[in-house]
Amino acid sequence: MNRTEIIEGITANQLKTDPVVNALKIGDTIDVHYRIVEGEKERIQVFQGVLLAMKGRGINKCITVRRIVANEGVERTFPLHSPRIAKIEVLRHAEVRRAKLYYLRDLSGKARRLREDRGDAAAAASPAPAKG
Amino acid sequence: MTASLIGKKIGMSRYFTSTGNNIPVTVIQVGPCAVTQVKTLSTDGYCAVQLGFEEIKPRRSTMAGIGHDAKAGSAPQRVHREFRCANDAEVGEFTLGQSLTVSALDGIKFVDVIGTSKGKGFAGAMKRYNFKGLCASHGTERKHRSPGSIGSHGTDRGHGAKIKKGKKMPGRMGNEQVTIRSLDVVSIDAEKNLLLVKGPVPGANEGFLFIRAATRLYKPKARAQAGK
Repeated sequence: MNRTEIIEGITANQLKTDPVVNALKIGDTIDVHYRIVEGEKERIQVFQGVLLAMKGRGINKCITVRRIVANEGVERTFPLHSPRIAKIEVLRHAEVRRAKLYYLRDLSGKARRLREDRGDAAAAASPAPAKG
Repeated sequence: MTASLIGKKIGMSRYFTSTGNNIPVTVIQVGPCAVTQVKTLSTDGYCAVQLGFEEIKPRRSTMAGIGHDAKAGSAPQRVHREFRCANDAEVGEFTLGQSLTVSALDGIKFVDVIGTSKGKGFAGAMKRYNFKGLCASHGTERKHRSPGSIGSHGTDRGHGAKIKKGKKMPGRMGNEQVTIRSLDVVSIDAEKNLLLVKGPVPGANEGFLFIRAATRLYKPKARAQAGK
């Protein structure tokens, strides 16, 4: 067994098996339900935005989500397989031709909108968003 | 002898705890190690256990190596390393040809990892000794990364007209033995012979490492090890 296989072997049981998580596509508008621990208490915060980029592989996979708050762009990067991510919901697919949508940072107003991809949406959205 | 083993660095990864904390871990393949020689006070004048790690093909070994390991009833090993014991009684716990696995570290929360650091070649004083270098401006020319003055006759104090011995200067860096003490053991996988420790360890992937139960723990870690 080579080194990559060994590392994949020990991280395999930490990866999420949720089909929604594994079917994420660049350009999707998603809800990230993120657990926030405040001392004893724990609450869930939802961060909604466009999936701008995916980086890394295996357990190191991270997603960058961009949303507009008070006319100001806000980007957050989440480790996809972190147990702090309670759930991810896909709201909309978009037709995009890039693997990284960094060009959205320079756009504003109507130009920022992505064209919705309806063809795929019905098929991909059908499995109910399971807990990841 | 504190629990000691030989291993190989596999690489780094991350480990999420149940609360979602992210721990950087190094994966180390530890053992199985064969006891290839048992040294006692009467036969060798000191007490030690020699371990071998990673079997190799006989044709890649030497006749001397094959013979030495055959005495212990094991195949030729790639690395050998001695671990000192305090007395004959401690040595008595080991028998020739015995196989030690990562489960020897069961219940141990902190380990020391000894390895050979990556060679950096001929490095300047800034990289090698964390010197600050000289000014970026104020008239400094072509000397921004220089170590500065290395002393004069007056400061040599007894060394005559020579520079003090051990003066930190540019030179070969890395490729030397480094010990990282008291690393947290994140998990042990006895089935796959894997040990996960928190944080980095010296050397490149596939490099050999010597692992032993931590010998010097500072108070909070010592309390954690004692289970209080």
